[in-house]
Amino acid sequence: MTFASILEWLIKGFVWVMILLGGFAYLTYYERRALARIQVRIGPNRAGPLGLLQPIADAIKLIFKEELMPARADKLLFFLAPIITLTPALVITAVVPFGPEGLNFPLFGRVITWQIADINVGILYIMSIASIAVYGIVLAGWSSNNKYAMLGGLRSTAQMISYELALGLSFVSVIVLADSTRMIDIVEAQKSMWFMVLQPVGMVIFLIATLAEVNRSPFDMPEAEQELAAGYHSEYGGMKFALLFMAEYDKMIAICIIAATIFFGGYREFWFLQNTWFSVDQTPILGPVYVFIKVFILLFGMIWVRATLPRIRYDRLMAFGWKILLPLSLALVFLTATGILLAQEVNPLFMWGIPVVSLAAGFIAILGMYQTLRRKEHARA
Amino acid sequence: MTQSDLITILPLLALVVWACALLLVDLFIPKGRKGWTALLAAAGLALTMGLTLAQAGREASGFGGMLRLDGFSTFLNVLFLGSGLLGVAVAYGYLKRMDLERGEFYSLLLFSITGMMLMAQAADLIVIFLALELLSIPLYVLAAFARPRADSEEAGLKYFLLGAFSTGFVVYGITLVFGATGTTSLAKIVEVLAAGSLGTGSLLLTIGAALILVGFSFKVAAVPFHMWTPDVYQGAPTPVTAFMSVGAKAAGFAALMRIFVMAFPSLSADLTPVLWALAALTMFIGNIIAISQTNIKRMLAYSSIAHAGYILMALVAYGNPAVAADSVASALFYLVAYAVTSFGAWSVVMSLEKPDAKGLEINDFAGLGRRNPLLAAAMTIFMLSFTGMPPTLGLVGKFFLFRTAIEGGFIGLAIIGVLTSLISAYYYLRVVVTMYMREGEPQAEGEYWLTFTTVVTALATVVLQFLPAALFALAAGAVLK
Amino acid sequence: MDLTLILFIILAVTAIATALGLLISRNAVYAALFLVMNFACVAIFYLLLGAPFIAMAQVTVYAGAIMVLFLFVIMLLGAEKLPKGDVLPVQRPLAIGAAVILLAEAVILLVQRFQSTAMLQAPGTVENSMDSLREMSGLLFTEYLLPFEVTSILLLVAMVGAIVLTKQEKGTRG
Repeated sequence: MTFASILEWLIKGFVWVMILLGGFAYLTYYERRALARIQVRIGPNRAGPLGLLQPIADAIKLIFKEELMPARADKLLFFLAPIITLTPALVITAVVPFGPEGLNFPLFGRVITWQIADINVGILYIMSIASIAVYGIVLAGWSSNNKYAMLGGLRSTAQMISYELALGLSFVSVIVLADSTRMIDIVEAQKSMWFMVLQPVGMVIFLIATLAEVNRSPFDMPEAEQELAAGYHSEYGGMKFALLFMAEYDKMIAICIIAATIFFGGYREFWFLQNTWFSVDQTPILGPVYVFIKVFILLFGMIWVRATLPRIRYDRLMAFGWKILLPLSLALVFLTATGILLAQEVNPLFMWGIPVVSLAAGFIAILGMYQTLRRKEHARA
Repeated sequence: MTQSDLITILPLLALVVWACALLLVDLFIPKGRKGWTALLAAAGLALTMGLTLAQAGREASGFGGMLRLDGFSTFLNVLFLGSGLLGVAVAYGYLKRMDLERGEFYSLLLFSITGMMLMAQAADLIVIFLALELLSIPLYVLAAFARPRADSEEAGLKYFLLGAFSTGFVVYGITLVFGATGTTSLAKIVEVLAAGSLGTGSLLLTIGAALILVGFSFKVAAVPFHMWTPDVYQGAPTPVTAFMSVGAKAAGFAALMRIFVMAFPSLSADLTPVLWALAALTMFIGNIIAISQTNIKRMLAYSSIAHAGYILMALVAYGNPAVAADSVASALFYLVAYAVTSFGAWSVVMSLEKPDAKGLEINDFAGLGRRNPLLAAAMTIFMLSFTGMPPTLGLVGKFFLFRTAIEGGFIGLAIIGVLTSLISAYYYLRVVVTMYMREGEPQAEGEYWLTFTTVVTALATVVLQFLPAALFALAAGAVLK
Repeated sequence: MDLTLILFIILAVTAIATALGLLISRNAVYAALFLVMNFACVAIFYLLLGAPFIAMAQVTVYAGAIMVLFLFVIMLLGAEKLPKGDVLPVQRPLAIGAAVILLAEAVILLVQRFQSTAMLQAPGTVENSMDSLREMSGLLFTEYLLPFEVTSILLLVAMVGAIVLTKQEKGTRG
């Protein structure tokens, strides 16, 4: 640990946080435009060309709004909660690589990598940051001294803990496939084949679980309007609300980046561009571009889901997490490990057994879902 | 897993697999027919007992020395399994009578016994800690099994909180010992100590050993770590209390003996005075407070505290190599005597207990001598045995304990033991007096298995005293090497 | 002075301060949050000791799962405020007295026995984490197989126990 390395981290971190903040602003714009298009509307188009200045207008509005402090709220935590919520969303992507090693460049005698921190337990770092992301929301709910807000906070706790297990187990499949916990190794292991192909069910579980982790539709129970007013952020306004809002959208960006990295080849090129000029091996500068494209597509997927699926009922949400996703992801870990062992010991073709058997397991899980979630016990009394 | 591993763990494995299977099978046994679960649990215990006895005399060590099979473990395992069998026998009718019949009772009991057996066999501090948890957690749940009865819930909660607290002491002690010696294996700790290059580490080691002692003192209910005992013993369902007073205590002593005699004889200069004070305090306070009790369960709880003191007395001399073997043997012997007597006394209490914790005052025993002479005679035997009077096993047990203490040079402690035994005669004999001299119409349950337990333990208490040499030889064969 | 050492001192002070905060705080939510911060400090200690996997596991399991459940229960029960003055009057002086005696004993022992010549040796660190991960799982399934399996049984028992204690049987009052 030297002074120069600290300076490097500071600069990289600052740049990355700025990118995330700008990304948040334009993600709201992107979402509103895409939602509008799906709902056959036009969306924001007044401020600036194509409405491109809309996020800036929104930001100005939020900054100048009056801040309220609810009576008998816990002042310290009420103030800290938005910060605690935002921080994990900003730091979680610190370990994600955005370019191949070929893109690294020397500067002042140091090799500057396209990654804030190249730590060898990168994926575990993501897991642990994801697991502490819940604090902000639950504290926001509690400190507001509002029953609706607290219920929203508690719901999010229960939900995030339940889906964290499935999320963690889907990470395990990736770790086993890549045989490393370092993010660059995981990306490089997808050189010939994305993990999305090898472990499609794992990818689906990851996407579902992350939707629940960031409280996005259809898992947005913590802020279900018709039941809880606005959930944990009922009492927040002005800049504090903006922070909570920012955290939510930055979390979306973060999980899309992570999903792109561990299942969709990260900065690696698309499969049909292999061995062409567009491959990152030949043109390293395309690495960050590929990440951006993948994130853009994945974000559209999330918006699409929000526009399409109704909110899932709370008891079913829990039943789905514990009775379907958790056993399924456990089974997937087992299947993946077995497949790799067989591929190493017997015949490399067994690698293809992993997706085939996983899909079969996923199909069984869907049948189980029908059984579990349709039972009379879940009918409303 | 090597063959040696398998041999060492076989009885444990059988019991734990059986317990898991029982958990599943129980789901298919309809309510009201939980007798089948009890029967299956007893069968599992009997099977394990068979395996344990089949291995008697064999010595093995498994899992890199973490688990041992020796005379000590066999002796204690038989004791645990026996008390488990008696526990199932007394619980079956009791649960039915008190409307507590749920199949998980028996599975939890089996798991707890698994923990105790693991404790007896463990030769590594990590395993000892896990065994402590494995035997305690089912007991916490069982203590609260009569939920939603408030006193049972209180018992469960108190036992859980203080148990978790005491486990914290054990864990902290283990970390300090590990920090000092760099190993958790008892055998390797001895090696490190023999090498004698600990320096400041020896201080850590002493503190660690003392903390472990504190933690297990909670488990065996030694004063001043006894506070939970009366409330828990009173609130827990009586079969659980009976099992707890025998099994958990024996397991706690098993761990203490294993750790102290095997690994820490060199620390005896520091620890012997502590043990001495613990033993003296426990005997004294347990017996004194027992006098003022009017509830039989509380009285037996204090009596159980006092007996922990007597057993500790044997351990005081553990550091003296000439007496160490005798001290373990006499402690084991007394554990058997206490187990038999205690189970018998609790079974008599159960015969008189009515729903909602009624019929548990000592006054409720009035007239039992006329009304139910057999039961009263049995209770008299148990009370005499607790006191240490002839013609019972308790006398022989105490004789060995006092002999060990005197051999170890702790004559003062032996005198305290004798004096407190005299004090205890007062409250034990008061029960006898109440039964025979006072008028009353107690209604005793005549459940088959309960009566069976009473008769068997009463007979054992009387008959076993005629072969003390044989039993003591067994216990002496169980000495740690 | 080495940056690592500075970091260690800051962390050590924070760890002790948060631990004290946990004890002193009369609001259970704050106490739980202090504990979370303490866990975070401990995790960084692990990092400094070259055990990144343990550090991440510490954060994920303790800070991320267990303490969240603690908070959940505290908030759900509304048990965050400790009622004042419900302790026995003799309890506090008694506890302080006992603590002082214990401390005095420890100090006496320390003074009597302290030998600075033979301090404890730090265990060697492992460089590559995946190796240490592999090494650790290897150990878990060979040398420490028995504790590992016993732990799984223990968790099963605890789970069964929790269900027994909380599940309401049909037709009984609970």
